Amino acid sequence: MIIPYFVIIPLSAAFLIALISRKKENIAAGIALIVGIVLTIMSIYSFILLSKNEGAIYYHFSNWKAPVTISLVLDYLSSFILIIISVISLIAIFYSLQYTNHYTGKWQYFALFMLMISGMNGVALTGDFFNFYVFMEITLFSAYSLVAFGCEAEELEAAFKYAIVGSISSTMILFAIGLLYSFTSTLNMADVGRVLLNEKSKVIYLVYGMLIAGLGLKSALVPFHAWLPDAHPSAPAPISSMLSGVLIKVLGTYAMVRIFFNVFNAPQIFLQIMLILGTFSMVIGGLMSIMQWDIKRMLGYSTVSQIGYIFIGIGLGTPLGILGAIFYLLSHSIFKSLLFMNAGAVEYALDTRDMRQMGALNKKLPVTSFTSMIGSLSISGIPPFNGFFAKLIIIIACIQSAHPIYAGWAILVSIITLAYYLKMQKHTFYGKPNFKKIYEKVPFTLKTSMIILAGLCIISSILIIPGIKEVTLDKVTQVILDKTDYIEYIRPLIMGGK
Amino acid sequence: MTLYLMTFFLFMVGLYGAITKRDLIKIILAVGIMGYSVNLFLILIAYRTGAIYPILTKSMGANPALMVDPLPQALVLTSIVIELGITALLSALAIRIFEKYETFDITKVRRLKG
Repeated sequence: MIIPYFVIIPLSAAFLIALISRKKENIAAGIALIVGIVLTIMSIYSFILLSKNEGAIYYHFSNWKAPVTISLVLDYLSSFILIIISVISLIAIFYSLQYTNHYTGKWQYFALFMLMISGMNGVALTGDFFNFYVFMEITLFSAYSLVAFGCEAEELEAAFKYAIVGSISSTMILFAIGLLYSFTSTLNMADVGRVLLNEKSKVIYLVYGMLIAGLGLKSALVPFHAWLPDAHPSAPAPISSMLSGVLIKVLGTYAMVRIFFNVFNAPQIFLQIMLILGTFSMVIGGLMSIMQWDIKRMLGYSTVSQIGYIFIGIGLGTPLGILGAIFYLLSHSIFKSLLFMNAGAVEYALDTRDMRQMGALNKKLPVTSFTSMIGSLSISGIPPFNGFFAKLIIIIACIQSAHPIYAGWAILVSIITLAYYLKMQKHTFYGKPNFKKIYEKVPFTLKTSMIILAGLCIISSILIIPGIKEVTLDKVTQVILDKTDYIEYIRPLIMGGK
Repeated sequence: MTLYLMTFFLFMVGLYGAITKRDLIKIILAVGIMGYSVNLFLILIAYRTGAIYPILTKSMGANPALMVDPLPQALVLTSIVIELGITALLSALAIRIFEKYETFDITKVRRLKG
């Protein structure tokens, strides 16, 4: 069985790094890179494996029966999230190889990175509420430490804020899990869904509220967004790209979709709240990022804005809306990682993040400038790149499901997005030179990872071509649209058990 | 019912403290109080008046209806360990912040703006 190894491999790699490579830091980097490659191959293989297994594979701990034990569930949605985690983390590890030259304690960095990957893989796979909470805490714990990794005053401040907000939201989620357990007497997600289909109670609204607040804090929806523009920019650049590109989507978006669609059967009130919060995130995040001069802080606010698009797609609840949300999730993880890596490369070369102290870098840093242009065009929605198709699908879905107001907001924010990315391009790579001097050249691995991600920005557009779409994105969309079909697998197991 | 309400009140006390207090250490304590209230809540779910410990013995017989629910107790153990880790990390961060800013006052720890 392939499923438990998604957690076992990175987890054991984390401890292996801590045990053997304290003195020899190149071994730590080597182990991390090998794990990244292995996980990428495994995650793509798991997607292929699913078509032979009727779209779902289960793994039960210790071979006990399902509702009693912790179960891991691999379906198309989990597999899709696993592919995003593995690909982005592989590129981020490759980027880190030379980026971490400035840091001491490389082995700690890679050990925490591995721990973060194992936690995220666990969240993507788990079929049990409490297990979800534990994996979430593993992920967040390493994320807090990695945000504070540089140990500068600002980084510690950001990590403290992030840790406080993160533990408050985790407590809320644990409270919701406790309420669910007291009502349904089970922790298995599918079994909880099965009980809730038959029995209704008002207490479920308290659970909804706690989960929306808790997971909303994790995915930085406005009004829960204040920690993100501090925490994400303060981390080292590859970690910023992991946090913004992958972590908030796994812990926030994916968890919300899994719990609210597959377990709670997509209640109407949830969809309404998501539409409203999504629009607020989109607009407020967009307006805030125009005002920023710190390049990474601008990207942080941009994440808040773009996450709004995903939640609007989810809130519509129509097949096209979900497809748009899924495709936007993939696209955003690619181009936001790319843009954070660009910002990291500029910071590596110039030792500043203030856009007013840059300018005319397109001659000095040609690769960074070129890939950053591709990333900016992609995120603002210019045709050949994936961001355009993703935004187009969401806007069409809004109009199709008779929500033209949301479509209007989406178009407006798309223009705002273009405005602040043009501002970034103008002040950073074009215009008059304002920088003092270039301290260091951008190293090889940084350039290579940026070029790979820029390539992915274009290549991933082919996923929505009819023919390819049917075997990839549509299957993922179907898992969400089938809603409580997810719980069907538990029925034969319970009947057999009694 | 009173016990549940008091637990919820404790949860709110923790949330209030985390939001309004200005001292880093008090914020850490407030987050801890929130965690304890949820742990208490989990134990309360498991409690059953007049029930015995959940261990199968020959003399007491094996009737699950007479036992308290052992699962939330296992969950609470895990969640206590997680909270211990979080508290240790937060305290470590607070100490490092004190070294850099020389204050525990959250209103003076703000170099990040915008």
